[in-house]
Amino acid sequence: MESTSHTFKDNAHDALGNAHLQSALDKMRAGFPQRRLDAIGKLPEFEDLREQGREIKNHVLENLDWYLERYERNVIAAGGHVHWARTPEEARQIILDLCRKLGAKTVTKGKTMIAEEIALNDFLEENGVIPIETDLGEYIIQLRHEPPSHIIAPAIHLTKGQVEETFREVHTNLPADRNLEEPRSLVAEARTMLREKFLKADVGVTGANFLIAETGSSVIVTNEGNGDLTQLLPRAHIVLASLEKIVPTLEDASALLRLLARSATGQDMSVYTTFSTGPRRAEDPDGPGEYHVVLLDNGRTGMLGSEFQEMLRCIRCGACMNHCPVYGAVGGHAYGWVYPGPMGAVLTPSLIGIENAKHLPNASTFCGKCESVCPMKIPLPKMMRHYREREWQKKLSPATQRFGLKLWAFLALRPPLYHFFYAIAAQVLGLLGRRTGGSFYNLPLAGAWTATRDLPAPQGRSFQEQWHQRQKQKKAA
Amino acid sequence: MSARDDILGGIRRSLKRGALGGERAAQLEGRLANHPSGIIPRRSQGLDRKGQTALFEEQAVEIATTIERVASLRDVPKAVADYLQRFNLPAEFAATPDPLLDKVPWNERPLLKLKRGKPSPTDAVGLSVGFCGIAETGTLMMLSGPDNPSTMNFLPDDHIVVLPASRIVGPMEEAWQKLRQAKGGTAVAATMPRTVNFITGPSRTGDIEQKLEMGAHGPRRQHILIVEDDSIA
Repeated sequence: MESTSHTFKDNAHDALGNAHLQSALDKMRAGFPQRRLDAIGKLPEFEDLREQGREIKNHVLENLDWYLERYERNVIAAGGHVHWARTPEEARQIILDLCRKLGAKTVTKGKTMIAEEIALNDFLEENGVIPIETDLGEYIIQLRHEPPSHIIAPAIHLTKGQVEETFREVHTNLPADRNLEEPRSLVAEARTMLREKFLKADVGVTGANFLIAETGSSVIVTNEGNGDLTQLLPRAHIVLASLEKIVPTLEDASALLRLLARSATGQDMSVYTTFSTGPRRAEDPDGPGEYHVVLLDNGRTGMLGSEFQEMLRCIRCGACMNHCPVYGAVGGHAYGWVYPGPMGAVLTPSLIGIENAKHLPNASTFCGKCESVCPMKIPLPKMMRHYREREWQKKLSPATQRFGLKLWAFLALRPPLYHFFYAIAAQVLGLLGRRTGGSFYNLPLAGAWTATRDLPAPQGRSFQEQWHQRQKQKKAA
Repeated sequence: MSARDDILGGIRRSLKRGALGGERAAQLEGRLANHPSGIIPRRSQGLDRKGQTALFEEQAVEIATTIERVASLRDVPKAVADYLQRFNLPAEFAATPDPLLDKVPWNERPLLKLKRGKPSPTDAVGLSVGFCGIAETGTLMMLSGPDNPSTMNFLPDDHIVVLPASRIVGPMEEAWQKLRQAKGGTAVAATMPRTVNFITGPSRTGDIEQKLEMGAHGPRRQHILIVEDDSIA
């Protein structure tokens, strides 16, 4: 997917003026955080589980090569195949080659963010293979030719009216006067349309929430059951996963599952958690005849050993964006690439470079909520600060901002000079402010800021001046 | 260089070390062999059979599964017939080849017609046997294999599952233990079934305005018959 992260400011501006989006975001802000609180309220061990989850993933990352080799060995032992891909181009080509070898015309897809990352759908279509998204949210945005706006709720930016519009436009073989007012009828219509596609598909592509080294299994977590029909019915199941999805054992996967759904949707468990190991066995009545895993790197090995290694603990629950005041105001599309919200503000520059991600590490108020709700305790604000430092070093921030910061730093490193200029500025501003009733209604160079709020004028003397004076008075008394 | 070698080499370069061997590799080997359990929620620990069954039911009902307890396999035909009647469902339905269903006296309800095997896309109702129930979250654990086509868990609109109470365990870890034991002590790739499904309630979606709707792609309803007869394993 083409990144528009570099125009984040304009994207955000448009998002704030989009009435449909704002109405959809209102619902999100009210929903997810409360459901998460309710779920963890019923599990007193939740905080300890977070600490444990962090340790499991840290252990995996320190030994990632060993676990990957063991995982590969066990996939092969179960009759499956492992394909390694350094780049999105390699991953796409591997999948296309598999589809061609199988003579596949249509591919059903469970929800996978890695497929978004490698822009799989466009590539398959260009090469004559039809991809069909089967997660309801993904299906809706595929029909609308839009990217997902949230990693677990891809169509969260849409209202039901917009979904109805899209269905009427696309499902032209259904009666025009049918009632689609309620979400229930929209869900039923999608179910009917997709059931046919499931039964006819040649290949099923899913992502993976976890890969288990001990057994060579891939794990997917869904509520709809679409991921299961995607992998059970076609002739081949292709799993697309990034390297860091590895966990050592079934027990480790269970420990992380206790964190995942609670942090994501506020469920104790998602409805379907499925462990898939190899293709169907000789005696099995159903299941895919072939099982392939495509392991994608795309810059992740470079994150290991760096200040961004901890980002690789992410289990993609979406809690950081559900609680982020910036995401809550502008939605996911403004971020301009596959991964939105705080996790996207760190992952996007790691995967496509800070030159292309530009403003994303600044799309934060540093309120710290993302880190406090992250089930894997990823220090997201700290890593955004690291990227701001790199942005500074690479001279990517605007010249005026750089000049202002440099000037400030020059003064701040020389306290007597700083106090001298500060005292003058405070007095002048205090005098000017008195003329307009104690506040500034507009300021040169800060018109956007004062357009929606007033700046209170200083009282005339700095805190330090007042402090010194009081100390003197105390001594005198 | 192959992509595989490049990636593994890249990991080692980033971590500033070579391939793992010796004691460190032996430690990792040991961790896999022992597959230690971590923190287990207290609510699912130390319960007796009655307590586990009660917790399973309590959790399952919360996620919109319906439960009926029956005393023995003799009571299953009536329970199934009642369910079908309640929702006005056809008396002919798909049922897995699981041998436990052979012990059910179906002939006492001659109107019921079981189609044993994997379901066809038009079957409205499917009947399965659960490998085990996880009380912690009201979750069913289903294994694929000749007796249990996995498509039965997903294609029919109504999924009825027979679950002997003796197969209910506390936390997820005990379910894995049960699988490891059933497969000879350790779940290495060669003995892991192709598909293990953890099923926690009927299919649902919140993708349209976060409003919860049941029956997105899998079953709209899930009904579990807990068979309390302890003599069934």
